[in-house]
Amino acid sequence: MTSDDPIIERIASLARSMNGKQMNFEGDITADTDVVRDLKLDSLASMDFIMAVETEFDTLIPVDSMADIRTVGDLAALLRSQSAKAA
Amino acid sequence: MLQKYAALRQAHAQLCEAAGDPFAVSFDRMLSPTEAMQGDRMVTLFGSNNYLGLTFDRDCVDAAAEAARAHGTGTTGSRIANGTYALHAALEAQVARFLGRRAAMVFTTGYQANLGALSALAGRDDDLLLDADGHASIYDGARLSAAQVTRFRHNDPDDLYRRLKLLAARPDRAAAGQQLIVVEGIYSMLGDLAPLREIAAVKRETGAWLLVDEAHSLGVLGERGRGLAELAGVEEDVDYVLGTFSKSLGSIGGFLAGNDPDFGLLRVTSRAYMFTASLPPSVVASVSRALDVLEARPGLRSALTRNAERLYGALSRLGFALGPMPSPIVSVRMPDPATASAFWNGLFGAGIYVNLALPPATPGSQSLLRTSVTAAHTASQVDRLVDAMAAIGQDLAVIPGGGIRQAAE
Repeated sequence: MTSDDPIIERIASLARSMNGKQMNFEGDITADTDVVRDLKLDSLASMDFIMAVETEFDTLIPVDSMADIRTVGDLAALLRSQSAKAA
Repeated sequence: MLQKYAALRQAHAQLCEAAGDPFAVSFDRMLSPTEAMQGDRMVTLFGSNNYLGLTFDRDCVDAAAEAARAHGTGTTGSRIANGTYALHAALEAQVARFLGRRAAMVFTTGYQANLGALSALAGRDDDLLLDADGHASIYDGARLSAAQVTRFRHNDPDDLYRRLKLLAARPDRAAAGQQLIVVEGIYSMLGDLAPLREIAAVKRETGAWLLVDEAHSLGVLGERGRGLAELAGVEEDVDYVLGTFSKSLGSIGGFLAGNDPDFGLLRVTSRAYMFTASLPPSVVASVSRALDVLEARPGLRSALTRNAERLYGALSRLGFALGPMPSPIVSVRMPDPATASAFWNGLFGAGIYVNLALPPATPGSQSLLRTSVTAAHTASQVDRLVDAMAAIGQDLAVIPGGGIRQAAE
């Protein structure tokens, strides 16, 4: 299943491309997917994942805003609000 | 309280099942910088960071013993209270002189140096740009600061540049904010060097500040042993040099050095400097003596380089996957944590100690056998490690079989 939300789909495809190297996640990645628990990322791998998202979306995600990001949906919402601010 | 570590407990128990706990090794007696006794067996040490092998240097040991007799076993106080003796100030002057800097301050550990330096240097409006493979103490120091933290891809000056540009373009950017780039001379897990010339160029172009942690490169790199900045010829671009006394200088403690006329302000702003007891006199005396030795005996650095190249070359010819370049840290990449742990146990059983490094302490979630050589290792000790690694590597199918002797030549 893929998401209708293009931002979530880009995050999911990034997550899938990291799969095997740092992630052991099988199944669908949706807005409700928990970034740490479901993607089974350790502390360093979750920072690597965020860095990959930053590169993909050509933006920066402040470390202090990461406390508010639990799910892929939260991450997408943050990216959307950033591009709204920049526009 | 500790239920949250249930998964970790399981992983740790699994790791210890095969033999002992690789993270709780204890030696009964140290014989030399490269050998220790554990019960009645001797273990050769290839994971000590004791790069110049100075822990048993006669002059350093004598200096420590004399200082303990003359000044007591500890200072029992902070540097800003009763814990500053003339010898602390003298060591700071010596470190500054050695590095060619206007001033230096000494911390009780290298970990605290990063904690104290980053949290005091970077304030609320500032940005810290940290290499993705930076040491935990750099990340902890960054957390303790109020600054915004941006991670850039390991050893990637272009990515650093791109992120600095993104920071400059951000709409809510504080006008007064400064950017501080933090990199290391030699990275502790894979032993690779930072591309410091290129990073310095990015720093110059963007107007950022640059701090280099020379923890693993002090006394190791550069003609005079000042570290990577000296080797790369960019000391002028490095605003702050940070390092430790616990590796090439064979003791414990950390330092920060710089040229800022207001450098002294850090003594009353750095919490990791103020709110801890200062280094004991014996430590200060041995570090000071070790710095003299480092300067007087450049041959130690050539011996270290020779050993590093011997080990890296032999393991590479055997087909092991190593870090990107030879340095005193030679890390061997293992396919998974279970193989890494079995390999480590095999080596330890054969009387050889190396560091086992597992995720999440490693870049890219890799499992590593991290070895480090010293100037004090003999060629035959290095060869013994190579032979043991060849045999175990074949048993565990980490490398193809055959050609052991040839590769160890």
